[in-house]
Amino acid sequence: MHEITLTVNGVVQQVAVPGRRLLSDCLRHDLGLTGTHVGCEHGVCGCCTVLLDGEPVRSCLVFAVGADGHEITTVEGLAAPDGTLSPVQRAFAECHGLQCGFCTPGFLCTVTALLRQNPAPTEEEVLEGVSGNLCRCTGYQNIVKSVHRAAEIMAEDR
Amino acid sequence: MKPPPFDYHAPRSLGEALDTLAEVGEHGKVLAGGQSLIPMLNMRLAAPGHLVDINRLPGLADLDVEPGGVRVGALARHAQVERSERVAAVQPLLRRALRLVAHPVIRNRGTVVGSLAHADPAAELPAVLALLGGSVRLARPGAVRDVPAAAFFTGPLESAIEPGELAVSAFFPALPPRSGTAFREVARRHGDYALAGIAALVGLDDDLRVTGAAVACVSLGPVPVIVDVTEAAGHRPAAAADWAAAAQAVWERVEPEADIHATAAYRRHLAGVLAEQALRDAAREAADA
Ligand SMILES: Cc1cc2nc3c(=O)[nH]c(=O)nc-3n(C[C@H](O)[C@H](O)[C@H](O)COP(=O)(O)OP(=O)(O)OC[C@H]3O[C@@H](n4cnc5c(N)ncnc54)[C@H](O)[C@@H]3O)c2cc1C
Ligand code: FES
Ligand code: FES
Repeated sequence: MHEITLTVNGVVQQVAVPGRRLLSDCLRHDLGLTGTHVGCEHGVCGCCTVLLDGEPVRSCLVFAVGADGHEITTVEGLAAPDGTLSPVQRAFAECHGLQCGFCTPGFLCTVTALLRQNPAPTEEEVLEGVSGNLCRCTGYQNIVKSVHRAAEIMAEDR
Repeated sequence: MKPPPFDYHAPRSLGEALDTLAEVGEHGKVLAGGQSLIPMLNMRLAAPGHLVDINRLPGLADLDVEPGGVRVGALARHAQVERSERVAAVQPLLRRALRLVAHPVIRNRGTVVGSLAHADPAAELPAVLALLGGSVRLARPGAVRDVPAAAFFTGPLESAIEPGELAVSAFFPALPPRSGTAFREVARRHGDYALAGIAALVGLDDDLRVTGAAVACVSLGPVPVIVDVTEAAGHRPAAAADWAAAAQAVWERVEPEADIHATAAYRRHLAGVLAEQALRDAAREAADA
């Protein structure tokens, strides 16, 4: 077992994990943060995407012990502390960017990072940006709309 | 879909990493970005007794850019190399190829050297290293050796790296003047492994006649297959070179395999079409250079 320290959504967490514990399982099982969803566990679906030191990564392709000392933001950490939804979350709600919602945490984390890096993406950049996330329900039209809408909301808020 | 158990090592210095790798020998695996290794562990296609995580080693993320080429350290991520303007200025093929590697989120973690070490014949970077005639630097305690690309890729998922060795960097040479490169591939979805891909390199003389033309093939053989098509293209001005004959030579040379995504015949067809397109692109770039 390895004693590790993770700062998850601003809270310092200490946990003991075996070397083979995936970060996704550490978040869900050890820390009870079940917002991070697990689909394929080999990097294809993007459901498990979280932010590691601000960069989106597949949490199923990172060992928890490798994240020792680092900062993680999960979908639970995207809203403000008082519960106000983030611009990306608001846009997905407004534009019906989800149906069953299984893929949504991954999309929200991916898109949050995408817009931080590129606040006004073109259509092509949005498609490239979300190309690594799979959704079985929505057909992507509304997800793409949501990304553009989130960019708008962020520009208005500024 | 969970990894089998292993002993996890997190060395803090290169010396410590090399000592650990030497000690665990063939039971050890290096963990870099984990974007190929962890899927293999999750699917139980690999079960190493020891993982040596190199992510905490200092200095290995460096990009050493010189007029002669780019040396990429073992911890330089795909995204870092892709974004570097200095790298793009000296070796533009790297950025072009990296944009075809997986999805942006995977490129945040995956490393260029890890991709070479993984030696997947469907991957873009091995083809780039082979086409440019680059090399990989391997270290073990007290010894370092540079292995040229032609000797580095030995089979599907097999390279010249011996148990106990660490790839510390890879060198991608710059292009001589009046040369151009291109990368073309067909994938089922942008970011997926290509059904077939071609990287092309064309060099011209001062009269803009072809002096050299070659392609590296992706997903068309057990290793990146290099085909020299200089003869087939003919020693003619780039615009009048016989790129169709050159493509035919590639078509004849490759030995693709079939899988659930494409038949061997379809892959061979793609090889010809993509080779002609890539060679024309590269020749145009060389003429404009
Ligand atoms: C969904 C998905 C799609 C992908 N699509 C593509 C694609 O289209 N094209 C493509 O090229 N790749 C693709 N990849 C793979 C990805 O690019 C990997 O990042 C890359 O192949 C491996 O780099 P890594 O640093 O993650 O290596 P790791 O996964 O850490 O290691 C891979 C192998 O190399 C060895 N290794 C790594 N570094 C060293 C070193 N320094 N010294 C010695 N041995 C070492 C490891 O022991 C292991 O055997 C995809 C991956 C995923 C999950
Ligand atoms: S569960 Fe991680 S990418 Fe699918
Ligand atoms: S909303 Fe159901 S998988 Fe995307």
